[in-house]
Amino acid sequence: MELLFASAIGVLTACGIYLILRQRTFPVILGLSLLSYAVNLFLFATGRLSVGAPPILQYGVETYTDPLPQALVLTAIVISFGMTAVIVMIALSAYLSENDDRIDMDNPSEPAKDDA
Amino acid sequence: MSHWIVLPIVLPALLAPFFLMVIRHHLDLQRIFSVAGVLVLNGITLALLNHAMSGEVSVYELGDWPAPFGIVLVLDRLSALMIVLTSLLALAVVLYAIWSGWDNRGRHFHPLLQFQIMGVSGAFMTGDAFNLFVFFEVLLIASYGLMIHGGGGTRLRAGVQYVAYNLIGSTLFLFALGTIYGVTGTLNMADLAVKAAEIPAEDTALLRIGAVLLLLVFSVKAAVLPLHFWLPASYSNAPAPVAAFFAIMTKVGAYSILRMFTLIFGPETPVAQGLAGDWLVYAALLTVAVGMIGTLGAGHVARMTAFITIGSTGTLMVAISLFTPEASAAAIYYLIHSTFATAMMFLVADMIIERRGDSISQRRPMQHGGVIAALFFGAAVAMAGMPPLSGFIGKLLVLDAAWDAPDVVLIWSVVLITSLIAIIGLARAGSLVFWKAFDTGSGPGDVDEDTARREGVVFPTDAPRLPFVPVFGLFAVLIALTVFAGPVMRFAEDTADQLYTPQLYIDAVLKGPGS
Repeated sequence: MELLFASAIGVLTACGIYLILRQRTFPVILGLSLLSYAVNLFLFATGRLSVGAPPILQYGVETYTDPLPQALVLTAIVISFGMTAVIVMIALSAYLSENDDRIDMDNPSEPAKDDA
Repeated sequence: MSHWIVLPIVLPALLAPFFLMVIRHHLDLQRIFSVAGVLVLNGITLALLNHAMSGEVSVYELGDWPAPFGIVLVLDRLSALMIVLTSLLALAVVLYAIWSGWDNRGRHFHPLLQFQIMGVSGAFMTGDAFNLFVFFEVLLIASYGLMIHGGGGTRLRAGVQYVAYNLIGSTLFLFALGTIYGVTGTLNMADLAVKAAEIPAEDTALLRIGAVLLLLVFSVKAAVLPLHFWLPASYSNAPAPVAAFFAIMTKVGAYSILRMFTLIFGPETPVAQGLAGDWLVYAALLTVAVGMIGTLGAGHVARMTAFITIGSTGTLMVAISLFTPEASAAAIYYLIHSTFATAMMFLVADMIIERRGDSISQRRPMQHGGVIAALFFGAAVAMAGMPPLSGFIGKLLVLDAAWDAPDVVLIWSVVLITSLIAIIGLARAGSLVFWKAFDTGSGPGDVDEDTARREGVVFPTDAPRLPFVPVFGLFAVLIALTVFAGPVMRFAEDTADQLYTPQLYIDAVLKGPGS
C-alpha cells in the first residue's frame, strides 16, 4: 500500500510539474490542481497509513489514525479550491481582455513605441 | 493585556465583511471607516509594542486551548515591531489611495486591503507553523485581488503569473509542513523547537529537507535569487498604493526566515548545521547584484522601482543570512528602513507615472515637477544607502556586522559596488525624467497609448495635491529613523537578543499564559 500511495503522489507531482511548464494558462492551472492533489495526499500520509484503525483516540485501543493530518488536509483542500477558482477567473479575464492566453508577457523592457 | 493581542487580526477581519455587506455601494463611508479602522489599528499596535518593549513574551491561546494542542498567538519584540510597521504603512497607503483616487478605479479596494492587513498581522503573530500557512493564504488571496485592482489587460496577465507563482509556493509550503509534521508530530513552533533539538543529528535527513523546503518558500516571498522572477512584473503592474503595501509582503518572507531559523532551526541546533547560513548569503548577494543592475537597466519607472525593491530586500537578506545577534540587529534596523523607503519610492513613482507616463525618456515637463523631483531625490538617497538618510546607517550597520564573517571581503565589495550601480541607475532615471524634460508642444496627447490604456487615464493637468501628504509622511518617518537611529538600534539589539534566546519564547508558549 505504501508503494502504491507513494507512486501515486509521485506521478501526480510529475504530471503537475510538467503541465506547469506549459505555455498556456489552461494547462498551467490544471498542473497546479494536480500538484495540490498530490500535496493533499502527501499531507494525508504524514499521519502514517493505517487500515481499519479508529479515527480518534479511544481508551483501550492501541493503534489509531492521527486525526490532525485529516484536519490539515481539509484546510488545504478548501484553500486550494478557492485559489484555483481565483486563478481561473483572473486567467479568463486576462484572456478575454488581451485575446491571448500565453502565460508569458511581452518583454516589458523594450522601449515603448513613442520613445523613438 | 488579555485579549488585546488578537485585536490586530480581529479588527480588520470584522471591518472587511462590514464593508462588503453593509456599505458596499458607499465609497465615502468605506473611506471614512477604512481610515478610522487603520487609525485604531495603529493605536492598538503601538500599545502592543509598548507592552512588548518590556521584553515579556505574551501568549494568547485561541479558544483557550493550551499549546501545543491549540493555536497560539505570540507577541514578542519582533512581532510587535512588525505589526506596527504594517499598520503605519497601511495608514500611508490608505490615505494615498483615497486622495489619488486609486480606490475608485476598481471595486472593493478597502475590504481587500483590510483582509490583507489581517493576513499580514496574523502571519507576524502566529506561533503555529500551519497557521502561518493559513495566514499566508489570507494575505495572498487578498493580494491577488489588490494586484488586479483597476483591471487592464497587462495587469491581469501579470496577475496570472503572480497567482500561479504563489500557488506553487503554497504547494511547496504544504510539502514542507507535511514533512516536518511527519518527523516531529507537531506544528506548534515552540514545540517544534523542543522536538527538533532532541532529534539526534544522524536521524534528521527528512527534517532537514523540510527545513530547506520552508526556506525555499520564504525565499519566494522575500524574492531571493533565483526565486525573484515574479517580483518585477507583479510589482510594476500592480496599482501603486498596492505595490507600496506589498513592501511589507517581502518582509513577511524575511521575518519568517528570521523567526524559523532562530527559533526552530537556530544556529546552535544540530539539525540546522549547514542548512541556511552556508549558501543563503551567496544567494542574497546575487539578489543585491541583480536588483541594483536591474535598476540601472530598467526602461520604466515602475520597473526600476521593482528592481530596487529586490536590491533592498537582498541587502536585508545578507544581514539575516549571517545569523548572528549583531547582524540580526542590523537586519531589523534595515528592515524598518527598507519597508518605508520602498513604499515611498513606489508612491513617488506613481506620481511620476500619473503625470507623464511610465517610460524613462524625454517627455514634456510634468505638473508639480519640482516637488516630485525633490521627493524622488529623497527616496533615491534612502534606497541607494547614501548619507545622510537611514539607508546609509542601515547599510553601515550591515557591513559592520559582516566584519567577522568569513566572506567579509565578498560581502563588502558586492554591497558597496552594487550601491554605486544603484546610485548611477537612480541618477540616470532622475535626470532623464526630471532634467531632460522638454516641451514638445503637443500637450497631454503625447502619451504612449499602451500606458494610457493600461492606466485607464489621460494624464491630468490638474493632478490632486493631497497625495503628497502621505508621501511626505513616509519621508518624515525615514528622517525620524535617521535622527533617532540610536534608540531604534538599541531596540533592534534587544529584539535580536530576544530572538537568540529562544528559550524565552518556548517557555512562554509551552507553559501557557497563566504561569
